[in-house]
Amino acid sequence: MTAFFQSLGMNYEWAWFVATVAGILLIALPLMLAVAMIIYVDRKVWAAIALRRGPNVVGPFGLLQSFADGLKVFLQETIIPSAANKGLFLIAPIVTFTVALLAWAVIPFGPEAVLADINIGLLYVLAISSLGVYGVVVSGWASNSKYPFFSAMRAAAQMISYEVSIGFLLVCVILWAGTSNMNGIIEAQRGHGLGIVNGFFFNPLLFPIWVMFLISALAETARAPFDLTEAESELVAGYQTEYSSMSFALFWLGEYANVLLMCALNAILFFGGWLPPLNVDLIPWFDIPGWIWLFAKIFMFFFIFSWVKATVPRFRYDQLMRLGWKVFLPLSLLFIVLVSGWLMLTRYGVAA
Amino acid sequence: MVDLSQYLPILIFLIIALGLSALFVFLPMGVARLTGAHNPDAEKLSEYECGFPAFEDPRSQFDVRFYLVAILFIIFDLEAAFLFPWAVTVFDLGWSAWIGMMIFLGILTVGFVYEWKSGALDWE
Repeated sequence: MTAFFQSLGMNYEWAWFVATVAGILLIALPLMLAVAMIIYVDRKVWAAIALRRGPNVVGPFGLLQSFADGLKVFLQETIIPSAANKGLFLIAPIVTFTVALLAWAVIPFGPEAVLADINIGLLYVLAISSLGVYGVVVSGWASNSKYPFFSAMRAAAQMISYEVSIGFLLVCVILWAGTSNMNGIIEAQRGHGLGIVNGFFFNPLLFPIWVMFLISALAETARAPFDLTEAESELVAGYQTEYSSMSFALFWLGEYANVLLMCALNAILFFGGWLPPLNVDLIPWFDIPGWIWLFAKIFMFFFIFSWVKATVPRFRYDQLMRLGWKVFLPLSLLFIVLVSGWLMLTRYGVAA
Repeated sequence: MVDLSQYLPILIFLIIALGLSALFVFLPMGVARLTGAHNPDAEKLSEYECGFPAFEDPRSQFDVRFYLVAILFIIFDLEAAFLFPWAVTVFDLGWSAWIGMMIFLGILTVGFVYEWKSGALDWE
């Protein structure tokens, strides 16, 4: 893109700057649009599973429902409780949404279409997504109200618990790909399954890791069945209880942006990202742009997320912690030993 | 030598994302004042507690296990931080690197087993 702006007569630095800003807006704005549409998809899927109609009034098939909601929320009054810490209260949604956007900087939408092609891409995603817990904790603390406070404690403990096992699971993927660059990981999946399938999911050692990652992703983003942070029968609306207007909406946007990010990570790390599913050159197979494949995979994973939310009952908190610390953590440690040991034997050999 | 210039887009992204979210928070506050939606009163501004005035300070005592989870998290997250650089270099370094990390993991596993046995991971 830099070359295009240079051809308009800018010097290199300015062209680079304008191209970068354009790239950022090209990620951030469609992401917000995608979040609005994905909320609609979510509601439609739940409605279909519950034999209801779902949103169908605003726009054709209710497609504009999220935008109507957004406009309504935008025009509402921002209530700041008198007992709240005002500064922190307003910073919390800013932190949540900023962090949710920021992780997308390293997600590759195609071989070249990545904003920052850094060599520690996966580590960056892990670091940024772990910052998300600050928004939650700060909102719960600053609200100075019981339900948000309890919800924030729960959410913090839940998110950091599952982050540990997510970290270990990602190490297994990095071991297999030999790099933590996102494009490198995708390239390592080209023809991974017998030269036919593009994706690590085919691999018997990485398939259980994908299953654990999918479940941990549900817990990390506080989706059902792990949505204890906003268990409405116990905690009203969780840490967002005191929020209103757009600051409330920012938590929703951030949450769904994180869900989409986790779907994208599932697609990139285990299902070949922007590669077509099969490494066989069916007629126009490789001519389909990479981002269409990536979006299709993200959508597939999002459908799984909605499906789970519509069908699985909520966990109890002790069950949640037990699953995280007593099942996933030992298993993911075991898989690091297995995967690295197996790869040492096959790649390095027995002779030292 | 690390080429820091490839992180510059992330810095610009951070600034734009911060600006965007701050706009989302503060613009409706301004708009609400212009449209007349901004109309606070003492009842509206009190914290929510099922219709009652708050009984006590919400920032009360909470279960010590939340602290425990946080401390355990630090240990294992540090462990993960050591594993990431190891994961990309172990195949160049050979068996000594692999065995070294396995000993490290083994020591942490001993600690993990101890925590498990002493009931630090139990919730009721």
